Amino acid sequence: MIESNAGDAIIRIFHVHKHYGAKKALIDITLDIPKNEFLFVTGQSGAGKSTLLKLLYLGEAASEGHVLLDGMNLSRIPNNRMPMVRRKIGVIFQDYKLIPTKTVFENVAIVLEAMGRKSRLIQKKVNNLLRTVGMEDRAQSYPPSLSGGEQQRIAVARAVAGDPKIILADEPTGSLDPESAEIIMDLLKGIHRRGATIIIATHDHEMIRKTGGKICKLDQGRLVDFKKADMIL
Amino acid sequence: MINFKRAIRDIHQNRMLNTITVVTISFAVLIVSSFMLFFANADDILNSWKKGIRIIAYLKPDIPDPEITEIQEKILEMYGVQKVNYISSSQALETLKEQMKRQASLLDNLDTNPLPDSYEILMKPTFRRWDKVEDLAKQITLLDAVGDVEYGQGWLSRFSNIFDLFRVLGYAMVGIFFMAAVFIVANTARLVLYARKDEVDIMRLVGATNSFIKAPFYIGGLLQGVAGGILGLTALFCFYVIIATNISQGFAVGLIQIKFLSIQASGVVLIGSTFAGWLGCYISLRQLLK
Repeated sequence: MIESNAGDAIIRIFHVHKHYGAKKALIDITLDIPKNEFLFVTGQSGAGKSTLLKLLYLGEAASEGHVLLDGMNLSRIPNNRMPMVRRKIGVIFQDYKLIPTKTVFENVAIVLEAMGRKSRLIQKKVNNLLRTVGMEDRAQSYPPSLSGGEQQRIAVARAVAGDPKIILADEPTGSLDPESAEIIMDLLKGIHRRGATIIIATHDHEMIRKTGGKICKLDQGRLVDFKKADMIL
Repeated sequence: MINFKRAIRDIHQNRMLNTITVVTISFAVLIVSSFMLFFANADDILNSWKKGIRIIAYLKPDIPDPEITEIQEKILEMYGVQKVNYISSSQALETLKEQMKRQASLLDNLDTNPLPDSYEILMKPTFRRWDKVEDLAKQITLLDAVGDVEYGQGWLSRFSNIFDLFRVLGYAMVGIFFMAAVFIVANTARLVLYARKDEVDIMRLVGATNSFIKAPFYIGGLLQGVAGGILGLTALFCFYVIIATNISQGFAVGLIQIKFLSIQASGVVLIGSTFAGWLGCYISLRQLLK
């Protein structure tokens, strides 16, 4: 079992298996992730990085084992409680997953609307977020008219809009040029400094080297390493 | 309020699909409300005709006065009878003379009054039906003093029966078109949901509850129902004005006076179309957003 200080853990994973039919995507993963950690989940393509993140944001359920997120056992969460759990998490995808028919403003605002926030507060907060990610002048643009880097900045703004405790990012810079990738990583570091736990699935070692934090390495669905980023370099 | 704005935004984004749905619902509403309009007016006409249903019982000659009063009381006691008017032979002759006007002098040459004494029997409103009239007429015929009984307007009863059959068909049509409206809205909601599957997935990811995701669809369905209802009723009103104008200028002046659906009936149509909009959404969302 690989774990850090279990008392501070915001995420606890106990003997988790995930399989799709005969194919085993995750095998006996046990892991504690402390609060305010900056963790990279690395490994080759098909190692199970994205699957692990999916279990955390309730995109999939574990076939066996338990995942505890902020004290809640995800395998026992009833369907009607799932939205409340998801609000504790902000998710960023490689393909951004923005709604193309909604404006930049609306894409970010939807998180706050779903939480039932008042219009005035939504207006103020979304404008602040767009300013933070440097996109306030594109508020009324539609995602397809933006570059990949710009879309990912919107995705970051959306992920943090609900002030989540945890940010999950699946290859957030995978399809970006180095300059845009750096902007995104700077934004994530800023969010981390404000107390969020950041978990990034990536195989970009250069990014890991520049950022620091911890590394959780997967290989063919197994957790093979968990250590500080500078220790693998 | 936010959900209402989202619904309006969604309708705006799917303008064509929503327009087609509203127009189709309005056609269904137009057909259903046309039936209602027809039945409402036909009922009025039938009722006014039915008010004229009466039985005339002709007495045999030389019935003494006390017996005449006795028979009148007997008839009045019969089930379904509202009023019995005695018309003496002399009264009947006077009435005939009045009706004949200039030709009345022909009757002056008569030595004796050929008209018999009679009773005009009016039925209670609920008994103004062919089978009831026939039963009552048979009972009256059994009275010794009664020579003959006349109860015309059998055609009205037959017409009324055909009309009742037609009314049943009308109800069936209302049901069919209601289901058609529900099906159309359900299909629209399904198409929109399929088209926005990614959006729904994203909304779920950001912590949206099912009710938050469903709300704009329901509001959209209700608005489609209301809009379809108003459009259908407006179209019906336009047709009504055209038809009413033609009747008032045409052959049927004074004979037929058609009226539009009452506020209550229009309200029922509107509530029906709104409910169809909601139900269509409910069916689709239940299937697709578990």
